[in-house]
Amino acid sequence: MTTTGTTTAPEQVEVEAPAEQWKGQNVPRKEDRRLVQGQGVFIDDVKRHGMGYVHYVRSPYAHAHITSIDVSGAEQMKGVYGTLTGEEVASLTDPFFQISSVPGANVKDYALAVGKVRYVGEAIVAVVAETRELARDASELVDVQYEPIDAVTDARDAQGESVPTIHEEAGGNLMWHGVYEWGDLDAAFADADKVVKIDQLHFHRFNSTPLECDGALVEYNRGIGQWTIHTNNQFPGFAAIMMGPAMRTGLDRLRFVTQDIGGGFGNKITSHPQLVACCLLARKLNRPVQWTEWRTDFHMSMSHGNERWFLETEVAVKNDGTLLGFRTKALDDAGAWLRYEPLGGVIWAQVTPGMYRWRNIRVDFTQVATNKAPVSPNRGYSRMQHLWFTERVIDIVAHELALDPVEVRKRNYIRADEMPYETPNGCVYDSGDYARMLDIALELVDYPNAEARRQDAQARGKLLGIGIGSTLDSGTNNFGQSRMINPELQFSGNNEVATVKLDIFGELVVTLGTTPQGQGHETTAAQVVADILNCSPDDVHVRAGHDSYWNSHAGFSGTYASQFAVTGLSAVKGATEMLAAEIKKLAGAVFGGVPEEALELAEGGVRIKGNPEAFLPFMACGAIINANNAGLPEDLGVTLNCRYVYRPPFEVPDVERKFGNLTLTYAAQVHVAVIEIDPETGYYDIVDYAAIDDCGKRINPQIVEGQVMGATAQALGAAVHEAFVYDEDGNLLTPNFYDYHVPHALDMPPLRTGYVESPSPFTPLGTKGMGEGGGAGIHAVCAAVQDALRSNGGAKVWDSSNPYHRVWEMLSDPDEAGARVSVVEA
Amino acid sequence: MEAGTVSSQRQISVTVNGTTYEREVEARKLLIHFLRDDLDLTGSHIGCDTGNCGACSIIVDGTLVKSCMLLAVQADRTQIETVEGLADGEELSKLQQAFSAHHALQCGYCTPGMLMSATALLRKNPHPSDEEIKKGLQGNICRCTGYWNIFEAVKAAAE
Repeated sequence: MTTTGTTTAPEQVEVEAPAEQWKGQNVPRKEDRRLVQGQGVFIDDVKRHGMGYVHYVRSPYAHAHITSIDVSGAEQMKGVYGTLTGEEVASLTDPFFQISSVPGANVKDYALAVGKVRYVGEAIVAVVAETRELARDASELVDVQYEPIDAVTDARDAQGESVPTIHEEAGGNLMWHGVYEWGDLDAAFADADKVVKIDQLHFHRFNSTPLECDGALVEYNRGIGQWTIHTNNQFPGFAAIMMGPAMRTGLDRLRFVTQDIGGGFGNKITSHPQLVACCLLARKLNRPVQWTEWRTDFHMSMSHGNERWFLETEVAVKNDGTLLGFRTKALDDAGAWLRYEPLGGVIWAQVTPGMYRWRNIRVDFTQVATNKAPVSPNRGYSRMQHLWFTERVIDIVAHELALDPVEVRKRNYIRADEMPYETPNGCVYDSGDYARMLDIALELVDYPNAEARRQDAQARGKLLGIGIGSTLDSGTNNFGQSRMINPELQFSGNNEVATVKLDIFGELVVTLGTTPQGQGHETTAAQVVADILNCSPDDVHVRAGHDSYWNSHAGFSGTYASQFAVTGLSAVKGATEMLAAEIKKLAGAVFGGVPEEALELAEGGVRIKGNPEAFLPFMACGAIINANNAGLPEDLGVTLNCRYVYRPPFEVPDVERKFGNLTLTYAAQVHVAVIEIDPETGYYDIVDYAAIDDCGKRINPQIVEGQVMGATAQALGAAVHEAFVYDEDGNLLTPNFYDYHVPHALDMPPLRTGYVESPSPFTPLGTKGMGEGGGAGIHAVCAAVQDALRSNGGAKVWDSSNPYHRVWEMLSDPDEAGARVSVVEA
Repeated sequence: MEAGTVSSQRQISVTVNGTTYEREVEARKLLIHFLRDDLDLTGSHIGCDTGNCGACSIIVDGTLVKSCMLLAVQADRTQIETVEGLADGEELSKLQQAFSAHHALQCGYCTPGMLMSATALLRKNPHPSDEEIKKGLQGNICRCTGYWNIFEAVKAAAE
């Protein structure tokens, strides 16, 4: 069943109010009370007696040999505790494990630069001192001598002759290459009426810039050889896999602890090099060390989103706009290091056809190194780039064939009655009704009156544009897809853990394996527990944060890639159902052999159905098992402390055919932007905006809507303002919030949100992972700009970044500044 | 001058949320670092190096300031209000309640600064227009919410 609606401000419910079902209610967040009082514990809030502050010396060159490093000046300074150099790192650790097959597999990556620097901002030496200020001063006294090399800053040039090699071990700047082809391209192009050719499209570099930068406080326990790493890393399981082998230590010697994280968006997955440096320093200096990244350091060195080119694209299309297939050459700019890459080279394949029915697709994918900051996951990781490409193709084809973008979409969208739908590469879209979502979105922006609005804008000297962005938020990864990158890898499937226990005084305690960054896991987990145990979310204590000592994590634990509503909550459901069964089993024994079927959970306890007098409160259950258990049957098998591992149903993909189900759920988003451009300057305002989301069953609609809003805001920032721009020498021109403009309150357009609820048939709660659908905003703005230009020079938008000056250029010189497109009769 | 001796110590006295603190501080120490590191008032946060983000917003002698843009010594003999002082015991302020009710926070990192800006705004202008609310929040960056729910929360608290 699918339900729809539109919301601007979801209704609040009182937690005290009796409710049959907590799932689906706007239960106020448990997290809020501490956060609105400044009582959260973020990474820079963690302190230890005698701790030293870490500051990194960073490269001013994009590409240079390091000829010498002298730390003596810094070490002699009063208040300095010590330093760590790349040379020490190379002797104390092994290079990080590489995900890539060759040639990327040959890259030697350490926690600090060894012998060479490869981007501006790369960490070379770490200095530790008594205060932040002294550490910074001392870093100025570290003398590093360089021999500069020419920088590679454009991925298109990276493989050219006489281009400097960034990683000599890899024998060139190619990191990974693979060809993906499904269907019958020759037949598709033979059947086509027209072939639309697009010279190049470019998805730009930006990231979500979480307001809290990275950080850690690391302690070393010399007696047991163990590090405790307080950190805001959002995927400790991945960090551990990277760090343990490099540090030549078992993973249980790396204890990861987090509480509150000030935004992550994927950008806090790859801090493992800095964490290793901190671990080595804590051991070397025999004191806790604290590292809080500066904003400028974050911008220069952390997790830029994948910059991608789509070259020589050809689209096979019928005259009526029916899309038959496409081929393109995707060129991904990985930056200087493969810290999570080249996984971006396969992650996009989760959404290979976008939302469309074309069956014949070829993507020749290449990833190269450049002298820019390393790329890593950023909200919408790799799928956003590919979905932006499919949306650009739709709008350019519609434009060239003089068709209506709405009609082209509706003609080609996968239909609701085709769900579950197997894509050409074996992914299974679980549910959804894209055409209906588009209808709702268009209605919210008053689309039937678009022409009148266009004329009204024209009368005011403005160009009106309306653009659609439709996108997918694939969630719950099958990590087996990594084998398409490197068949040697031994990853597949996915998992997440929860424990639920009933404690001695009747307290219900839930522990999650996740590392939330504002997604309200404590609240939604409590909603799921409350429904099963027939109690209130207020009765459920969900531990804040993550601690690998809790033993409630598995290999893929963390908060990333749109999966908590599936993996995390399914684990919570499983553990709670185990606990419910145990409570009944215990009560059955206490009541003298009453069968489980005769018992029910209600009003904070367990009772015999139809006999409310026979009632055992949870508190009594907890007390009996934990502290008053003499005389219980020997074979009772009840601990009231239940651990459940949720494992989604996946098979290992077929690596040869690059075929298989790569993600379990497919949340969908359709956005529509209405903009008005001032033709004199290229400045534009977003005057109306609708965002429709379908993530299946919504556990807490207000939290879901919050994610939709946040993702939309990030997309609008990226579309209009945000870009990591490098000059030809590899200097980052936007290294902080002065030059990198993120939207503020006055930048936000009026927003209307709506939803469709198509439960996933594949998940225990009908939920789908969500939160990364914001890419739709970038697609919608690009489409709206192109629509406004359609009758004003007709430039086609080719870049995902469209600041005002670029729009002005497209208005002034449509042929030069727009995409190069040609149409040939097939 | 020898490296490491550039900082001179100064004695300052500040009153924060009604409690007076006397401390020796390095002359170059930022007020936000003084609050967080010396007084352990970690509710105010740091999100940038450039005064753009507003996570460190506090009220000094009745005026909203970004505490990364002041030295601690400049706050000598001032009355400071931070997020830790907004609630009256267990009772959250109207704005704090409205932020929760309207889901105006996700990760909560910008929230203390946002609340201080909104508090300063509503004190000065108890019935702001929509535009005035947005202008009042313009100096604070939030990367989670897109501001729409923050706007609604401030509007609700003002009504």
